Amino acid sequence: MSKPVIATASLAGCFGCHMSFLDIDERILDLIDLVEFNKSPIDDIKTFTKPVDVGIIEGGCCNSENVEVLREFRKHCKVLISLGECAIMGGLPAMRNGIPVRECLEEAYFHSPTIDPADPRLMPGDEDLPIILDKVYPLHEIVKIDAYLPGCPPSADLIWKALTSLLEGKPLEIPYSLLKFD
Amino acid sequence: MPKTKPVLTFTIDGKKCRTSPGQTILEAAKANGIYIPSLCYWEGMKPAGACRICTVRVGGRYMAACTQPAAEGMAVENDVPDIQDMRKAIVEMLFVEGNHMCPTCEKSGNCELQALAYRFQMLVPRFPFQFPVREVEPAGTKILLEHNRCVKCLRCVRGVRTRDNKTVFGALKRSKDKKIAVDQALASALPEKQARQAMDRCPVGSILRKEVGFAVPIGKRKYDKKPIGSEIEKAEG
Repeated sequence: MSKPVIATASLAGCFGCHMSFLDIDERILDLIDLVEFNKSPIDDIKTFTKPVDVGIIEGGCCNSENVEVLREFRKHCKVLISLGECAIMGGLPAMRNGIPVRECLEEAYFHSPTIDPADPRLMPGDEDLPIILDKVYPLHEIVKIDAYLPGCPPSADLIWKALTSLLEGKPLEIPYSLLKFD
Repeated sequence: MPKTKPVLTFTIDGKKCRTSPGQTILEAAKANGIYIPSLCYWEGMKPAGACRICTVRVGGRYMAACTQPAAEGMAVENDVPDIQDMRKAIVEMLFVEGNHMCPTCEKSGNCELQALAYRFQMLVPRFPFQFPVREVEPAGTKILLEHNRCVKCLRCVRGVRTRDNKTVFGALKRSKDKKIAVDQALASALPEKQARQAMDRCPVGSILRKEVGFAVPIGKRKYDKKPIGSEIEKAEG
């Protein structure tokens, strides 16, 4: 029997959830015995090469590329997990949600104290760049999400527990000590 | 004078409870070792019935346990799935209605709204996020008023007073436009102890004593190890 396949991605996140994933420490040796990784920054596979059993996504959606990647994940993954505060609630990036996008960009590229007044002031607008969304969206407001693991970051123990529960086909029960929003 | 207070008996989820006339269902439950989840309630303060998280059912009717006095023979429904889910829904509504970003909040770990979310195992709110535009306002020299996190429980309005009994906080407008306002001069004049009390009265991270954030390490905060309400349930033995 072939191993279950896992894929991961970080969208509008800080990669902290992935770092926490790596914090499962030596259990990662057990994990690679149990599963196979497909598209993920962990093995640097850039595109899906086969159907995936569990997709894990960190970060919300702040631009068109995030939305595209998220939809690709939904298409290829049987189970899709929202990992961490940003994926579930928008998190820190969503602090811009009350500010119009133009104002945000002007602040960053025109009015920031570190802008050199001698430089021509340019706002990135190349058509190859992803378009910034009007606000940062939690993942479940764009595609269907099957499971949520809160935390900033979710602890390695929570990620481990979720993965092992899924692999054993058990429902995920989160003990009080592992359910944290910070 | 009779030595013992008059006693009335009633039940919560079938469990027999004894209390004295005039006590609210919530207080009586607490005295009998039963936790009814609440947010805007503060012991000793006039109840506001603002948040409705303590909603219970008596004879098919819903009522706020913090304002309704217990009565002889009452059969209160508290820990039943549909009421618990409704309470959870209120917590979720509060989460989407404001901007509650726990990782950036000084009150995280000591926050009653967050603690309720933990207790109800809220993984994601069922409602769409509103991301309202709110501000952070200095409330005098000692306190910060973070409107993004305010849940309008009115604890500060009811409970924070100067020595000559003036209120320091007040409520402006109504319904979804409701906003807490502060008297800058009175807030600045609050002695240190009272400024800290104002922060403690706030169930969330909306009223903050400046310059003292993140003093307690993760793992030692109020709700890190034990769910909110466990102290009441434990007291019963």
